Amino acid sequence: MHELPVTENILSIALKHAQAAGARRVTDIHIVLGKFSSIVDDSVQFYWDLISGGTICEGARLHFQRLTPRMRCQDCQHEFEVSGEIQPCPQCNSLNLILLSGDEFYLESIEIER
Amino acid sequence: MANTTKVPVVEKILDANDQVAEFNRRLLDEAGVFALNIMASPGAGKTSLILHTLQNLASEYRIAVIEGDTAPVTLDADKVSALGIPAVQINTGGDCHLDAVMLRSGLAQLTLHDLDLLIVENVGNLICPAAFKLGTHRNILVASIPEGDDKPYKYPNMYRGLNVLVINKIDLLPYVDFNMAYFRQGVELLNPGLLTFPLSCKTGEGIQPWLEWLRAEIKARRQ
Repeated sequence: MHELPVTENILSIALKHAQAAGARRVTDIHIVLGKFSSIVDDSVQFYWDLISGGTICEGARLHFQRLTPRMRCQDCQHEFEVSGEIQPCPQCNSLNLILLSGDEFYLESIEIER
Repeated sequence: MANTTKVPVVEKILDANDQVAEFNRRLLDEAGVFALNIMASPGAGKTSLILHTLQNLASEYRIAVIEGDTAPVTLDADKVSALGIPAVQINTGGDCHLDAVMLRSGLAQLTLHDLDLLIVENVGNLICPAAFKLGTHRNILVASIPEGDDKPYKYPNMYRGLNVLVINKIDLLPYVDFNMAYFRQGVELLNPGLLTFPLSCKTGEGIQPWLEWLRAEIKARRQ
């Protein structure tokens, strides 16, 4: 639901790095997104097309790398991916888990033309 | 076709918000104010919990409330003002959450040095407020029995970011299919050992431990 401010941030970070690198045009933007971070790719793309017009990012392709959450059991050290609903450790049934990844949300890189 | 060059960035997309949140935290710390960010789905009882808290603690501490609402209504702020407590209304203009910039503008309308406790009531929503740090000291979720016991499983990001969980409307447990063990298992998976206060704003049951915790936190901040 908050994809507009999120997309504005993506644009501002991309423009900052593109200008610093002397870009004439940005062609691709790579975003890393954990599945726990509640962002809808299609909405970001929708806003992107609206707000990037007239900037050197106009027409840039957005790429989303979605990371599946991974957890580690603190009791038996088993590591596993969470594909659906979170659940106790599949090996020892412990609830004592830590999330290793899955809530990332960052701009990884941009591709530019000089 | 021109050759493209890859430029590494690796910057958190909400970094700008996080920086303003750090600024807010410094303001609060310098003034010695303990600040809460109260989140919940609509109707879980955020305002009821805040009103109970004010009624019980207003004689002991200097308190203010910042109300976030998506629509320009002052229903909640009016209830707080009726108790003689300073209330600042932030209308998010349809946005689904408060962010650090909105809180900064709210803080500017208060005399922080004259306060012991600041309660921020976020917009009713279990998704968006979890992503936007405000700079408050504790993230608190008011869950409620009629919402159902599956909410930790459906909104993992909200439950992961919490410091305190309030389970409101426990007086309704006999009337609703709510499996407390299943609910608590989900909470434990996401946020092991989370401090939890089951209570009822309707009957007052369980309110005292919540108030005691607040007193202890305010005291700790003054020392």
